[in-house]
Amino acid sequence: MMAKKLDKVDVVVVGSGWSGGIVSAELSKAGYKVVTLERGENRKTADYTGVKDELRYTNRFEMMQNLSHETITSRNEINETALPVRTQGEMMAGTDLGGGGVHWAGASYRFDPYDFEIYSKTVERYGKKKIPEDMTIQDWGITYDELEKYYDKFDKMAGISGEEDPLGPKRSSDYPNPPMKETPNLRLFKDAAKNLGYHPFQIPSGNITENYENPDGQVINQCQYCAFCTQYGCDFGAKADPIVTVIPAAKETGNFELRTQSYVRRVLHDGGKANGVLYVDTVTGQEYEQPADVVVLAAFTFTNNRLLMLSEIGEPYNPKTRKGVIGRNFNGQYNNSHLGARGFFKDKKFNLYMGAGALGATFSDFQADKFDHTDLDFIHGGQIEIRQYGDGAIASNKVPKGTPKWGPEFKENSIFYANRNLNLWYTNAVMSYWHNYLDLDPTYKDDFNDPLIRITNKFTDQDFNISKFGIKKCKEVLKEMGADIIDEDEIPKKFNHVYFGGHYTGGVIMGDNPETSAVNNYLQMWDVDNLFVVGGSAFPQFGGIHPTPTIGALAYRASEGIEKYLKNGGQLATAKDNSSTA
Amino acid sequence: MSDKYDKDNEKDVNTNDKDGVSRRRFIKNTGLVAGGVVGGSLLGGVVTNQWNTTPDKDTQTKGNKTTPELQDARMFFSRKEDFEVLKAATERIFPEDDNGPGAVELGAPYFIDKQLAGQWGSNAKAYMRDPFKQGKQVQDYEHQDRDQDKQGPHSDTQNPTPTPRYQTRLNRGEMFIQGLRKLDKESQDRFKKKFIDAEGDQQDEILEAFEKGEVQMKGVEATTFFNLLLQTTLEGVYADPVYGGNKNMQGWVMKEYPGPRAAYINDIESDDFIKMEPKSLRDYQG
Ligand SMILES: Cc1cc2nc3c(=O)[nH]c(=O)nc-3n(C[C@H](O)[C@H](O)[C@H](O)COP(=O)(O)OP(=O)(O)OC[C@H]3O[C@@H](n4cnc5c(N)ncnc54)[C@H](O)[C@@H]3O)c2cc1C
Ligand code: SF4
Repeated sequence: MMAKKLDKVDVVVVGSGWSGGIVSAELSKAGYKVVTLERGENRKTADYTGVKDELRYTNRFEMMQNLSHETITSRNEINETALPVRTQGEMMAGTDLGGGGVHWAGASYRFDPYDFEIYSKTVERYGKKKIPEDMTIQDWGITYDELEKYYDKFDKMAGISGEEDPLGPKRSSDYPNPPMKETPNLRLFKDAAKNLGYHPFQIPSGNITENYENPDGQVINQCQYCAFCTQYGCDFGAKADPIVTVIPAAKETGNFELRTQSYVRRVLHDGGKANGVLYVDTVTGQEYEQPADVVVLAAFTFTNNRLLMLSEIGEPYNPKTRKGVIGRNFNGQYNNSHLGARGFFKDKKFNLYMGAGALGATFSDFQADKFDHTDLDFIHGGQIEIRQYGDGAIASNKVPKGTPKWGPEFKENSIFYANRNLNLWYTNAVMSYWHNYLDLDPTYKDDFNDPLIRITNKFTDQDFNISKFGIKKCKEVLKEMGADIIDEDEIPKKFNHVYFGGHYTGGVIMGDNPETSAVNNYLQMWDVDNLFVVGGSAFPQFGGIHPTPTIGALAYRASEGIEKYLKNGGQLATAKDNSSTA
Repeated sequence: MSDKYDKDNEKDVNTNDKDGVSRRRFIKNTGLVAGGVVGGSLLGGVVTNQWNTTPDKDTQTKGNKTTPELQDARMFFSRKEDFEVLKAATERIFPEDDNGPGAVELGAPYFIDKQLAGQWGSNAKAYMRDPFKQGKQVQDYEHQDRDQDKQGPHSDTQNPTPTPRYQTRLNRGEMFIQGLRKLDKESQDRFKKKFIDAEGDQQDEILEAFEKGEVQMKGVEATTFFNLLLQTTLEGVYADPVYGGNKNMQGWVMKEYPGPRAAYINDIESDDFIKMEPKSLRDYQG
């Protein structure tokens, strides 16, 4: 079947999550004609109203990518055969309008200034020896101070509700909304942390604490602490998500056209210029060519990488020579992060069935390089967090270690402790390595017979050591909180191929050197001036906390770059030859 | 061609459609929200009757025993004997005790039957393409026994049973049928008795052998089947009654779990534990 060629537009955007949504809103507000293509279905708040159903959303992954069409393959070592990740219980990625931004929990932190200059600052403070040979971390080509105004834009657009982190980086303005409510368990955590000399505060939240009208005139309602939040859409339009913010903002300009159930298969290009994209209407099967002056890939880490590889744009990374850029420095938080300890309380009972996605408390004393690493066997850090998601009845089966997984004792303990356990974890950063990367799988294919993306990822000593440190701290705090039983998480030796929680990034990383980065600090490709690749795919390594406000800030930065490009053309950044990773 | 999209856009793209506008106007007109309990759903016209979050009376007084309903019939398992094995196995996993009913009385076996009859049972959203490798790498993979709630960010909301690691060409329904028959066969081999006639400890011994992967199944590791059996049993005990398990919300009563509610905004700061009478999705949808 011949592809039908459509009329040219100014900008075509692939993906309608936070990344694609922000770019769509900014460019259509600036008067450009924008077409956004989304593989999933059209959705609005009514799709998520009245359906608080734990089985359907938490256990059957209603909002996650349908893997029968396309998945990923995964292995630990570069000489292994990768196996496909077959079930939704092992692989989570957003799909449908708004992407992962609709079912996210809403924990809305910024990365630390150290993150953006991690290579330089680590060498400056500890010397080159501190960075192991196989670690390929690098500076982002942008500093926190340069990115701050874009963070500020994201916070205001999303109505983030929070209070100042006493140890946090400088902010140009306060949070647009007050922090979430403090519950007895969060208070217990904070008091204990204070007793130990730490600096706790409420987690900045995308569950919005007051009815809020954002600078685009979009309204987000007040969070009801309904507990069906992470992995759910919000019943009430009270969670900051693209379908109540940037998508309607784009729509109101009259310059924006959304096409859902439109699966993009290729970026079309010749002579170093992108001409548009090739996509399939998955309802009819008809193929279309959508020409555009600027092509924006904002389709999450996996698709961003895969579309470049399938379209043969940029030099693919080769782990043997360590040359090439596309697929390089894949990174993310898996079961090598968010480990900690669980405390069981015999005489205290908490209302754990109540909660909200980003309700919680935390402290930054062991984040980034805020503590001395001279005598530590790792770099970077993370937040110590307590969360109160609102436990579902299926999920609330936490039992002390030594309890069998089933049978009478399990039943007894799981019922007794359902509202008597609190979990702390360390959201530690994850570094990049030459052996963790993405390429195309030689065997497994999608619906259209295109190769799947293949992930090669393994854990290192750094991962083990940083987790060990974090678990110790969590235990210390739980003890101070008066837990009767404290169970430490085990640290896995091997990556278990479970892609849970949506924190997977890299592969199309940003930087100031085309030898080691795919995009410049406007997320514009070094090789193709009119192609911008937006999202966590730009992270050279993973910071010590949840990624989304950083993704949002980068999307605002990219939007500014796209506008500059549409006005003046050309490369927006100058490449440095002296590599920052030297 | 672009006509089609324009029309669609009018209708579909408008994610905020009329609610967006009226929501804004509503908020202006009312000068915000009294008591905080108002949101998009009310304004979007879908009203649930769940706004009341004050504690209700204890329901323990309600009858614990449940009677079979018209929905309690097999639609996936053709052979009654397979279903009987399922009943016996789920009851060992979640037995009746002083806290309340066990898996059978809660309807977990019918829950599992219904789940397997649907798209999940036939792996409609799973990647089921060849090649399905066999061999050590796959065995190790299916044996990896990490709890679901220890798998990175946001996993704390997960069921803390091991994730079934999937590298088999069998779908979940096929896996169950083979697994249940293998349970029975194992009982015959070890004790010369049907699984349902074996003593409790004997049944446990067999289930443990599956859990540890000591039993050979065809095309799938026994551990994978066991993890699925364990996961679905707990789901059948605690999922909303709309799926056929958790009869009369008795699973929730045991756990003092209130079911889906619109709002805890007025209660969440409470120092005391608040016990509410459970409400189901049926109640929530109004
Ligand atoms: C359960 C869960 C909870 C989370 N909670 C938090 C949190 O508390 N804090 C935090 O910071 N982060 C959180 N995250 C991560 C967060 O969701 C992501 O960082 C964020 O959504 C990424 O936005 P994005 O727009 O870059 O990608 P996405 O939201 O994934 O959007 C990409 C879009 O592109 C579409 N697409 C993909 N391929 C194609 C194609 N070929 N053609 C057309 N369209 C395509 C997808 O359908 C999708 O809609 C969470 C993630 C999960 C899964
Ligand atoms: S907890 Fe708040 S933000 Fe989350 S779904 Fe419920 S009302 Fe919406």
